[in-house]
Amino acid sequence: MTEPNQDLLLQVRDLDVRFRVDRKHEPFRAVKGISFDIPRNSTVALVGESGSGKSVSAMSILGLLPENAIVAPTSRAIYHAAGGAAAGRDLLKADLAEMQALRGKDISVIFQEPMTSLNPVFTVGEQIAESLRLHMGMTGKQAEARVIELLTEVGIPDPQLRANSYPHEMSGGQQQRVMIAMAIACEPKLLIADEPTTALDVTIQKQILDLIASLQEKHQMSVLFITHDLGVVGDIADYVVVMQNGEIQEQGSVRQIFERPQHPYTKALLACRPRLDRRPKRLPVIDDFMKGDGHPHLEERSRGLSPEDPIILEVKGLNKTFFLKEGLFGKRAVPAVKDVSFKLPKGKTLGLVGESGSGKTTVGLTLMRLHDATSGEVLFEGRDLLKLTEREMMAYRRRIQIIFQNPYASLNPRFTVGQILMEPMKIHGIGKDQAERVDMAFQLLKRVGMTEQSFYKYPHEFSGGQRQRIAIARCLTMKPDVLICDESVSALDVSVQAQVLNLLQDLQDEYQMSYIFISHDLAVVKYISDEIMVMNNGAIIEVADSDEIYRAPREEYTRKLLSSIPKGLEHAADLAS
Amino acid sequence: MSAVLTNPPSPPAIESPGLWTLAWRRLRQDTVGMVSLVVVAFFLMMMASSYFGIVAKDWAREKGVSYANPSFLAGAENLEAQAMAKKVAESKVPPVDLSDIDPLAPRYKEWEERAAKIAVTEVKRAESLPLGGDKWGRDVLQKVVKGSEVSIFVGITAALFATALGTMLGAAAGYWGGWVNDFLEWFYNVFTSIPYILLILAFAAVAAATGKFGKGILPIVLILGLTGWTGPYRLIRAEYIKHGNREYVKAAQAIGASNFSRMFVHILPNVSHVALVQLSQHTVQFIKAEVILSFLGFGVPVDMVSWGTMLAEAQNELVIGKWWQLFAAGAAMAILVTAFSLLTDSLRDALDPKLK
Repeated sequence: MTEPNQDLLLQVRDLDVRFRVDRKHEPFRAVKGISFDIPRNSTVALVGESGSGKSVSAMSILGLLPENAIVAPTSRAIYHAAGGAAAGRDLLKADLAEMQALRGKDISVIFQEPMTSLNPVFTVGEQIAESLRLHMGMTGKQAEARVIELLTEVGIPDPQLRANSYPHEMSGGQQQRVMIAMAIACEPKLLIADEPTTALDVTIQKQILDLIASLQEKHQMSVLFITHDLGVVGDIADYVVVMQNGEIQEQGSVRQIFERPQHPYTKALLACRPRLDRRPKRLPVIDDFMKGDGHPHLEERSRGLSPEDPIILEVKGLNKTFFLKEGLFGKRAVPAVKDVSFKLPKGKTLGLVGESGSGKTTVGLTLMRLHDATSGEVLFEGRDLLKLTEREMMAYRRRIQIIFQNPYASLNPRFTVGQILMEPMKIHGIGKDQAERVDMAFQLLKRVGMTEQSFYKYPHEFSGGQRQRIAIARCLTMKPDVLICDESVSALDVSVQAQVLNLLQDLQDEYQMSYIFISHDLAVVKYISDEIMVMNNGAIIEVADSDEIYRAPREEYTRKLLSSIPKGLEHAADLAS
Repeated sequence: MSAVLTNPPSPPAIESPGLWTLAWRRLRQDTVGMVSLVVVAFFLMMMASSYFGIVAKDWAREKGVSYANPSFLAGAENLEAQAMAKKVAESKVPPVDLSDIDPLAPRYKEWEERAAKIAVTEVKRAESLPLGGDKWGRDVLQKVVKGSEVSIFVGITAALFATALGTMLGAAAGYWGGWVNDFLEWFYNVFTSIPYILLILAFAAVAAATGKFGKGILPIVLILGLTGWTGPYRLIRAEYIKHGNREYVKAAQAIGASNFSRMFVHILPNVSHVALVQLSQHTVQFIKAEVILSFLGFGVPVDMVSWGTMLAEAQNELVIGKWWQLFAAGAAMAILVTAFSLLTDSLRDALDPKLK
């Protein structure tokens, strides 16, 4: 693959990128001399965890690195615009004008967050037309017509109408479609997709993946697909490059990677995602493969409820309606949760699945009285939490706790981890003095797999997974009976997800806590739950044992959710283990 | 810490340095911050020692000739001083002899004898002073030192007062929302619809008429504080609305933290940079506002000196080419204000654990 080849679009050679941190430290080496090829008319997936250097590699091709980045002079990214070795240009040495001519026209990018990538003050039509006028030299009229064409192509309903909408008027999936329309507007030869589906629901993710695959085929372009989830690339990639810590661990065709992975890291990535057909006692994690014998124990765990389980929390007819101001005095009622009832047995996990906007998070917040319920009852050991005064509620606060989705937002950045852990103890009078609390905090940190050193650090010094462990430890300080996990692993890389899920499972086994596990990811919910509720538009549409819902979904909506889960690796993971 | 570690030994736990210790450590790394701190500390010390009469005690003594030159311009011609000297000399010329018609004439002799008994020592007035002199020959350098007492005190206390008031009101409006917010917003709108100078003058007139706040500095601090809270209020309110919905605040509510704790322990440190920047901006603004007030006659009494009164005097002096009073007061103000802004900047960085 190293020879200049008619079929290669881009050859990356010895790419080495460092970041200057400050004057005292050696520059941090983010990418350590990697080489890979992007053939014409194919999809290459660049897979790795956060911090593996995959995005840095892709952005260096475009010259979009931050100012403190140093690209080693030996690095090359040879771009064959017309084919053949003679046409090769080294993008890393191209000047600004040359790069600007290339960006958006020959090479374009889709970013992770469509919401922040679109300019909120222009209509989507104007934004797409801008690059058409800039790169294709189209007139206003021509561009307008082409915009409609593009929006139709990426599957936006009513393109004529939608071209005049502003980004906030569209859903996340539609925004990502607009981003794709912008990216393919000038018929690029290479499309770089940087985690394009990570922020989206699983059903939307499937649609976007299908769209990228079909556009790739139709326009005969190459796609560099960056993701942390090996699962999603199974269906769409031709080649896979697996990165870890700035190095390529393994690369090869998608069949090769999925069927005969050589490197233990690749095997681990394939195995750590929860699967619908199996439920090991613990999910395999990277360390099992990198340090152990390469074969995690895969003893199955049985799930499900039994009628004699004592019920700790019972919800009856819970309703929550938000009121939006309309006009000067008007109000519009938006029902977010409609007549939700369920029972949570002690020591079991109740999964709550649904897409964004289905009201599942609102259920969690209302149970904790972080939102006021409109009507209904929440019976905790027979007492209705919604009728308690604020003072009476204090006693129950410590017994029902919540872990939020975004570990970057749920920890106060101005508190040290020690302060974060000791605050609830002080509020609830746990531990008789400061020394005892410090001691308890240390033990909890150890329990969730953090070093004692963490006690003195601030949240920003930790990775997402570590922060989620801190958030878990904070809840554990109060020894809650019920723990609500609101999309608690959704923002994490799949490999870290497995570790946190294992931790949650261990803690449940140890403390007999009950979980309400809220997620849009059916595979994760299936793995950890005994019973699953599917929510759509604020109402519960299906409740069943977790194995049963997978085997025989009753509702059409449930089937749709199930079919959206990426299937690329079921077979391969069997081979790996 | 009692846990025995069997795994690879982790480095020994360091005793937790508090937020302020850490902030101090970070501030010490910051050269600009440290220099500003030294400058601000110098000004504060100057202010304190002038207050306790250690320096500039006799600032009001007329020790130089009128508009004495600064010592680095010692030789320059001083027309005002010459004119003054001429006037004095003229007054010493013996009057025209009117003794034949003056009924008091027979007693002149007696008076002169009496007068000769009182020793009059003619003070030799200095031709030049370190930073020059004002119209009455007072030392400008001493005036600057003495003036800092009023200016810095007024600037900093009024800014602290205004920022504290604005922060409290902004926090209340932003955190509680609802009718608290509606009421404060309404009040804010009415308040800001009055032109600023007019507002200050109205407050000043009330303070002067009631006389309840006494005379001197206190009314100025109150006037500036009560009119200056609107800027911080607006910004802090917006920050509280933003942060009130953040997950870390929700998480604090979930563990049972009280409203007070959420408002001031959780959110306030996260929005403190806004308040700090406002504090430094208002300090600058209030030092200047004191100038305006003094100029309009609502400021400090005539027997006191402030940088504001010095600048007001400088207007007339500039016309006749005496620039040093303006320069001295202006430079002192500029140096303090710059150092203070840079210091609050560094302080904000030092207090933010995310910035190293």
